[in-house]
Amino acid sequence: MNSTRRTLTALTKTPQGAIGLLLCFLLLALTLAGPELAPKDPEEFHFTARFAAPSTEFLLGTDWYGRDLLSRVMAGSRSTILLALLATVIGTVAGALIGIFSGYIGGRVDDLIMRVTDAVMAIPSLLFALLILSVLGSSSFNAVIAIGIAFTPGMARIARSVTLQVRGSDYVSAAQARGEGTSWIMFAEILPNVIAPVIVEATIRVAFAVMTLATLSFLGLGAQPPSPEWGLMIAEGRAHMFRSPWPILVPGIAIALVAIAFNLLGDGLRDALNPQASS
Amino acid sequence: MSPEFIIKRFFYLLVTAIIVSMIVFAVTQLLPANAATMILGEYATEEALLALNAKLGLDQPAWVQYWQWFSGVLQGDFGISLRTGQAVGPVILSAFGNSAILAVFSLVLVSLISIPLGVIAASRRGRPLDLGVSLISYLGVSMPEFVLATLLLAWLASPAIALFPASGYVPFATDPLAALHHITLPVLTLTIVLTAHVSRMVRSEMVDTLESDFVRAARLRGVPKRRILFKHALRNSMLPAITVIALDIGYLIGGVIVVEEVFSFPGVGRQLILAIQNRDLPMLQAGALLMAVTYAVANLLADLAYALLDKRIQFK
Repeated sequence: MNSTRRTLTALTKTPQGAIGLLLCFLLLALTLAGPELAPKDPEEFHFTARFAAPSTEFLLGTDWYGRDLLSRVMAGSRSTILLALLATVIGTVAGALIGIFSGYIGGRVDDLIMRVTDAVMAIPSLLFALLILSVLGSSSFNAVIAIGIAFTPGMARIARSVTLQVRGSDYVSAAQARGEGTSWIMFAEILPNVIAPVIVEATIRVAFAVMTLATLSFLGLGAQPPSPEWGLMIAEGRAHMFRSPWPILVPGIAIALVAIAFNLLGDGLRDALNPQASS
Repeated sequence: MSPEFIIKRFFYLLVTAIIVSMIVFAVTQLLPANAATMILGEYATEEALLALNAKLGLDQPAWVQYWQWFSGVLQGDFGISLRTGQAVGPVILSAFGNSAILAVFSLVLVSLISIPLGVIAASRRGRPLDLGVSLISYLGVSMPEFVLATLLLAWLASPAIALFPASGYVPFATDPLAALHHITLPVLTLTIVLTAHVSRMVRSEMVDTLESDFVRAARLRGVPKRRILFKHALRNSMLPAITVIALDIGYLIGGVIVVEEVFSFPGVGRQLILAIQNRDLPMLQAGALLMAVTYAVANLLADLAYALLDKRIQFK
């Protein structure tokens, strides 16, 4: 608990960390409260105000049906941010477990697992996600699974390298000498070491997850209409982009803002946890 | 660089390519509907399905099917597209040529822009110029290609401005100027996003190099600042820059898929998306395999360049 507080203090001392933490906190609050705070019904048509530019009535303008863009972006934050977090958590947990297991067991099993992760990492991650989606079919949930699976090998690598560092340490040997079971050693002795580097990586991956999820929806392989998912909003806005830029500009800026927030937080965390690696 | 290193690295490439081909094949094997169902439609009779399954060899064990597919690929035969009924090979290879044009133009531009940009930012560390470059590159890495591409399209190809065509492609052989005109927006998108990635990395490598002992020694000897920057430090930062660019090729391939879709550019990415939407297995397998192998070859070339440039590295 003490170390968590120390990390947070160090985090708020760097400009990236402080801004990132604040932005992420605001965005998460907005996501959780989003639909309730939305000024209008995100699905309601206002035919007299189609393609409206930002005004006091429609703060960020309207789309081709006259739907309020601010309300739609707020409603869509759940299907973008929360699902991206879910995808990251799936990839992180699966990767950490595989990495710890592989590193601790060692030998042939470790060799085999590492060869498979090498091969998967030899496929560009968007291509791999597309391949998985072609099997599972297009939907938001399947896109989340695909991104989670695509993140797993990288996380497994990180968790494994930490595991290899601590495997020979005295407290692991002591636990082995006490006759503790393999799973107890993996979870109680090794896992606490793996958490910090994995969390830094995961924070940076959230930005990737948001961008990839939106990309998959944009390509028509993730969220399906009439969802206000941000990538899908941009895909639908393309048909009308020469009449009004707002339907693509608003969700586009929202995606970039979330990605910037998590990139800043990730960089700040990395500096706070590993001061000598900062530049 | 010893011949053994080259041979060993080439062997790795082969193994990677084979494992990737297995993954690609396995993934498409898991598809819920097989080729016979796709050709005959949902309401085909049981007998017709069985007959076509036997004709296509789909009743054989998976490894036999894999071998048939893989030995065909080795001879340049990628099968017949389920969507168009044409041979996949020529279609995907010509698409690959188009995609390669986008990728090569972008890579050259990225190298020319991002390395000097990173060097200059590092040499003015903490000053307004450095902060400006950092801020813009933060924005660049946080902007997915499809957002940037769509915004550029809505702005520069709009009827009011109409600087560039909104979509399509002209072969370089027919009209080089029109061809350049058509690839400008896709290449611009890829270049902006990748430059943001690469210049950030080059900057942080340069910052480390400029603090190293040999740069300080050169400064104490009275070597001019410009000479230190471009002669001593840049040469040392070239190696990490090559690695960063090579690592970003995976990212570039993803970007190419998206950008081709936005600008309706007839490359591998667009064929791949079409194949997924239409469940066109042979096309999907060919496109995915081609992209994955390209990535593996790019990594091999980066390793070789690294070994050539850095005399200290003795790969065993």
